[in-house]
Amino acid sequence: MRFLMKRNYYEDIRLFKFRSTFFWYLALVIGCFLIPLVLDDYLISQLTFICMYSIAAVGLMLLTGYTGQISLGHAAFFAIGSYTSAILAGKGVPFLVALPAAGAVAAVVGIFIGLPALRLTGLYLAIATMGFAFIVDEVLVRWESLTNGNMGMIVDPPSIGPLAFYTETSYYYLTFVFLILAVLAAKNILRSPTGRAMIAIRDSEVAAQAMGVSLPRYKTMAFAISAFFTGVAGSLYAHKLTFINPESFTILLSIELLAMVIIGGLGSIHGAIYGTIFVIFLPQLIIMTKDYLPRYIAEQTGLEAFLYGLMIILFILFEPMGIYGRWRKTKFYFEMFPLYKKDTFRREKKYSKAERH
Amino acid sequence: MAFFESQGISISFGGVTALRDVSFQVGRGEVFSIIGPNGAGKTTIFNCINRYYNPSEGSFLFKGKNITKVSPHVVPEMGIARTFQNIELFRNTTVIENLLLGRHRHRRSNFFTEAFFAPSVQRQEIRNREKAEEVIDFLDLQAYRDQVVANLPYGVQKTVELGRALTMDPELLLLDEPSSGMNMEEMEDLSFWISDIKEDLGITIILVEHNMRLVNDVSDRVLALNFGVTITEGTPGDVMKHPEVIEAYLGEEGVLSKG
Amino acid sequence: MSSLANEIFQCVLSGVSIGCIYALVALGFVLIFKATEVINFAQGEMMVLGAFIAYSLITFLKIPYWAAFLLTMVILGIFGMILERAILRPLIGEPVFAIVMLTIGLGICVRSGVSMVPKWGTDTYGFKTPFTDKALAFGEVVLAWEHLAVILMTSALIIGLVCFFRFTRIGVAMRATSQNQLAAVYMGVSVNRVFSLTWIISAALGGIGGVLLAPITFVHMNMGFIGLKAFPAAVLGGFGSIPGAIVGGLIIGLTESFSGVYLPVGWKDVAAYIILILVLIIRPEGLFGITEKKKV
Repeated sequence: MRFLMKRNYYEDIRLFKFRSTFFWYLALVIGCFLIPLVLDDYLISQLTFICMYSIAAVGLMLLTGYTGQISLGHAAFFAIGSYTSAILAGKGVPFLVALPAAGAVAAVVGIFIGLPALRLTGLYLAIATMGFAFIVDEVLVRWESLTNGNMGMIVDPPSIGPLAFYTETSYYYLTFVFLILAVLAAKNILRSPTGRAMIAIRDSEVAAQAMGVSLPRYKTMAFAISAFFTGVAGSLYAHKLTFINPESFTILLSIELLAMVIIGGLGSIHGAIYGTIFVIFLPQLIIMTKDYLPRYIAEQTGLEAFLYGLMIILFILFEPMGIYGRWRKTKFYFEMFPLYKKDTFRREKKYSKAERH
Repeated sequence: MAFFESQGISISFGGVTALRDVSFQVGRGEVFSIIGPNGAGKTTIFNCINRYYNPSEGSFLFKGKNITKVSPHVVPEMGIARTFQNIELFRNTTVIENLLLGRHRHRRSNFFTEAFFAPSVQRQEIRNREKAEEVIDFLDLQAYRDQVVANLPYGVQKTVELGRALTMDPELLLLDEPSSGMNMEEMEDLSFWISDIKEDLGITIILVEHNMRLVNDVSDRVLALNFGVTITEGTPGDVMKHPEVIEAYLGEEGVLSKG
Repeated sequence: MSSLANEIFQCVLSGVSIGCIYALVALGFVLIFKATEVINFAQGEMMVLGAFIAYSLITFLKIPYWAAFLLTMVILGIFGMILERAILRPLIGEPVFAIVMLTIGLGICVRSGVSMVPKWGTDTYGFKTPFTDKALAFGEVVLAWEHLAVILMTSALIIGLVCFFRFTRIGVAMRATSQNQLAAVYMGVSVNRVFSLTWIISAALGGIGGVLLAPITFVHMNMGFIGLKAFPAAVLGGFGSIPGAIVGGLIIGLTESFSGVYLPVGWKDVAAYIILILVLIIRPEGLFGITEKKKV
């Protein structure tokens, strides 16, 4: 077991608990920068998607994993980010302005959703966000003067000053940098009063209010922040695909994002990224194992979706803390060896309705 | 002008009157206890102060300001802290993080500075931790500092609940049955803590309690309630000997046994 | 009757009939929610299963309509029971959020599973019912039997269910378990049996909904999306309320029907969700629901 000796308060609040952690992360970042040298374009493109969706997943994680507000409609923020970026790019707005603008527009819409959401708990909120996403979807289709409706919009690859990002590799670096920024921002928020207030809202709204946390303000803020991240991700998505239409942003995307967050492990930023990797790579895994499956099953188009649903079910049943939870448990097991107690992470069951709210 | 005043508070739920015309005054720096059998409405008073419920009549005055209708989060901002009967801790986080939340009302940063973890935010965080550590020292919670609350024994959780209220640096502290579920040792500690809070920290306390010995030990004045109505008010000695109070608790005239 | 009145009447008729379908699905939601506090996002997919099973029974096994109807109900009921045993019972006491995600995953599985079954796949099918292409005529007013059948059968079902909940011990038991599962166990209620029964009834309702819906939307794997429209219905009525689910379903059905005819294109699809959000803003507990507050 390793002990953490803290000599001053600064050590309590810094990002990396141990010096070694910092070096491991640095190595990881360097590794990620070097990896395009050994991969082909297709895999680099997949990594780019992972980075992109991770940003959205981090956003959703802040809302759902840390503030406890379920959102089944995050595809809407993703779409708003994409379309804002597309529209602004079409009008000649430079990329470095359009990107935060896309996030900001999504955040404003997020505030509008946050406000009625104040009166809703858990499941009702999930349904409301789902309804909201459907409405946004329909608006995107019908508002043809702005969005070209079902015909979709074409977006040019972005450029920052003299740098143009036309290749897979260059775009990968771009999204990776944004991912790092997003994770840092999220971590900073989480170790400061706003983050603590959000977690307080998740764990006990009553106590949070008794501590001076204004529920309306912080819930709305959580929605806005989450929407901002997701909108930025949407903007990056638009520039990567160079063509967007409303069909890319259906409820299935919302469910995918939620799955990333849950499979990864609620309540951890790591989880958001693990979950994204898992969900994005699942189709690849299926393709790879197709050769080993009986021919009849392998050829089904529905197989991917089926396994996807199955994964969600299995994770909820057997590993509700998600991939990150499994990682933590394993690490803890080795740290505590041989004193590990089997029920250390046992779930606490709440049987009374009054306790579950 | 009284430090804290309740004027004619009434509230009903459905057809049941929980509180009827409850009035009392609390002076600065005193320990004021509210006693009464179960269902008397004691916690309801706190819930009304905290704005969890809306009283149908009456008002609360804190330092002269009427706080009967403010938003729930304004009450703590004004310096009123509260503990809960059934422990409302943030179960999935550590003790220190629970305590740090008490510092929320002293926050001076906004979301943007926090996203960049600016030096001002860092300084604020360090100051928060200093304050939280003072409370940990006061309540002897060092051993539990970094443990997740859900795993702690009940008595410790109650102490953390008290600690969280203290980190707020409140002027008025509402304690809701702090001794329930505690063993003798913990109760003695609690008795000392309440005295220390009153004397060293200068915080005014309103205490809702069942345990008569504790009430006797620490209170300056006591209010007795039954079925939402005031029976009597006075020093602990006087109130405990009042025939109606004895009847409410024991159902007949008799000597009140040690709590 | 003037042609405007006729038009309105047809709108009402089709609105009420589709509203009945929504009501059935919403009823399925509300039942499960009342007993277990879970919202079953897979309810729409129960309809899909029901429709496909009925289709197979009628088309491949040549079973007559009414027999197939009953058989579908039974099969779906059994399916519901298996589901409850296998994946929902282990999750009693878990945060509601987890269970909801589970039902979402379940819905995805069922929908794609349906597309993988040999004779089903991703095509659209139809089957003959005793009501296809038949209509009642009152002078100039024409009532399609399809719509009437839906309305009549739904009404019969609802009456049956109401009697069941009012006059049997199980109904009371279900309400008790929805308040506090542990206490219900201590009171001698077999909570497991209550849950099983809830899921059986819900699944069966879904199956019936599917069979009734099949002539209107035809049988294909995505027909369950209509289940999503039932959410606004359940919310509008108040999520814990059975009469609410029915009233909610009818209102949504009628709104859609009229928006389809009198409002510009696209409004019909979002009408339900706009109502949903309005209800949640103005009166989240719905028309018949009750708010609950946590006791501190």
